[in-house]
Amino acid sequence: MALPPYAGPLETTWYYGFRFLCACIFIFLITPILVIIPLSFNVEPYFTFTKGMLAFDPDAYSLRWYEDFVNNTQWTHSVKNSFIIAIASTILATILGTLAALGLSKSHMPYRSLMMGLLISPMIVPLIISAAGMYFFYSNIGLDQTYLGIILAHTALGTPFVVITVTATLVGFDHSLTRASANLGANPTVTFFKVIMPLILPGVISGALFAFITSFDEVVVVLFLAGFDQRTIPRQMWSGIREQISPTILAVATILVMISVALLATLELLRRRSDRLRGIV
Amino acid sequence: MANENTGGELVLAADGTPLKASLNKAMRKNRIRALLLVTPLFVFILFSFLIPIVDMTFRSVDNWHVGTLMPKTTAALADWDGKALPDEPVFAALVEDLQVGAKAREIGKVGTRLNYEKSGLRSMITSSGRKALKVKEGPYKEKVLKMHKKWKELSTWTVIKRNTAPFTIGYYLNAVDMKYDDNGEIVRQNENRRIYGKLFLRTFAISLAITVICVILAYPISYLLATLPLRYSNLLMIFVLLPFWTSLLVRTTAWIAMLQSQGVLNDLFVFFGLVSDDNRLQLIHNMTGTIIAMTHILLPFMVLPLYSVMKTIPPSYMRAALSLGANPLVAFVRVYMPQTLSGIGAGSILVFILSIGYYITPALVGGTDGTLISNQIAYHMQSSLNWGLAGALGALLLFSVLALYLLYNKIVGIDNMRLG
Repeated sequence: MALPPYAGPLETTWYYGFRFLCACIFIFLITPILVIIPLSFNVEPYFTFTKGMLAFDPDAYSLRWYEDFVNNTQWTHSVKNSFIIAIASTILATILGTLAALGLSKSHMPYRSLMMGLLISPMIVPLIISAAGMYFFYSNIGLDQTYLGIILAHTALGTPFVVITVTATLVGFDHSLTRASANLGANPTVTFFKVIMPLILPGVISGALFAFITSFDEVVVVLFLAGFDQRTIPRQMWSGIREQISPTILAVATILVMISVALLATLELLRRRSDRLRGIV
Repeated sequence: MANENTGGELVLAADGTPLKASLNKAMRKNRIRALLLVTPLFVFILFSFLIPIVDMTFRSVDNWHVGTLMPKTTAALADWDGKALPDEPVFAALVEDLQVGAKAREIGKVGTRLNYEKSGLRSMITSSGRKALKVKEGPYKEKVLKMHKKWKELSTWTVIKRNTAPFTIGYYLNAVDMKYDDNGEIVRQNENRRIYGKLFLRTFAISLAITVICVILAYPISYLLATLPLRYSNLLMIFVLLPFWTSLLVRTTAWIAMLQSQGVLNDLFVFFGLVSDDNRLQLIHNMTGTIIAMTHILLPFMVLPLYSVMKTIPPSYMRAALSLGANPLVAFVRVYMPQTLSGIGAGSILVFILSIGYYITPALVGGTDGTLISNQIAYHMQSSLNWGLAGALGALLLFSVLALYLLYNKIVGIDNMRLG
């Protein structure tokens, strides 16, 4: 879309005007995320840039909020909880979701679209409604304020992503490969692990990543279901924002941004691998 | 079909069974195998998700309080015609129920339930429960009428009688700003108590505003991303994907740092002399804050579908239109835009669905006039403990989301939903 050499003044203005507009929108998207990074090194307990920070005075910057984060047992406990819950629910969601996606992508599957709709409903129903429903039901059966309850709830919220990504990978799947494998004497289990799994692995992993981030970032269900012992990072940030606003939240936020950068990079690599394997690129 | 071709003679499979039967058998086996793969997740979702949701919607019509906790009164009121205060037997039953309920400390629940429909009944029931324990013998009617003045009002009895039914539409009436009047007719709430209608309207208005702003912001950058060479667009895509992958609470926190009165934006405005230092703009804890923060959070959901649609439009169409004499604007409006409509539709419905159910961001940056229906549901769940009303509001929200989702499914198809 480069500017052609014969462009008149109107076209030139439009060309640069349009790019300027796009630049503004990109700035709108990225600025809030970048702003918190320097703010998290603030030596003062405020959410704002101090005069010293703007003058790049080294004394105006410090790591005290990171120290506070590492030394505060509430925060470290919440980090542990977040990982326990997210990993457990990711494993469950990935297994259940992959199996279901394998079934759903078979052409013999009866009531396919109805089934698909029901299975991905946790993604569509507003979180507050899911949380309210789970709160009533899980407290009736004694699962509220337990790790198990939150893990099950997060598994339910994460499975739709696994189902969708794995189904999408299976769209380009050549079923004659499984027949060939069976023909050569492999039983279904061997076929699954030796033939199907390596091919759909990128889809499975990106689904698992979605499930992980869903659980890791989820706060509404945690607000309703978790007791004090099960507080996760987002839950701790929520009460941090509501009760005592301190730059420790910004330090945590910065760390979380770094985690999402890592996740983003992983997903991009997976996408390229998947495209290559399926011969699209 | 096979036997038609061979003139009525059955085609046999290798093992001697008719081919058709053998094929059916194989198909059935395949169907069962497919079902077996889906079953574990289905059962899991059923118990961990679908049943809880149905259970919650059931609460919005469930009306067990009076029937369960005041069984004798319920039975005695069955034949009451509602024209005058009930007779002695009803009062006798009432005293008995009150005594049992007060001893078990359960009678307050009846009071709370009745209070939703007529204020003052909670204190009437609890105080009468205490006083009823001292009543040993009749005449009950006279003694009960002395316990609380509300017992003398016919409308009190109308409310009790109505709520002896095991199901109620009362919570739904409440959720759409209606109520029963003293004669049991359904009427609109008083002007100053009509809050939910306004709240639903506000939720829809804010969601619509966010959706429109998202379309306006997403269209140019999607166009740029779709038309730039891949190596540049992949790089610029990071600006869309990084916010998409960043924690919701991080982004909300970031907007608090940006928008608060001592925040980055106001500092910049003061620095450039746009506003004076003691006259900083109030950008947060109001509707503006909700709209800005939620637009930022939901913008990637608009860009991604728009981008994938625009990516499929061959640039030669625009060139053809231009070479046929259309000026660039006409060519864009009549040739390019119609082809992006499906992307706009998909993105808009997605953003709209997500925003009408949003809870976290409005709760943190919304103040009072920037909160949505979800915040009211959470309030009734956690603070007022009016779970029936929370259920009714939730069910109404759920139905609007499901209706929109069906629309989405029709336009895009759930199989085409793209992630990341």
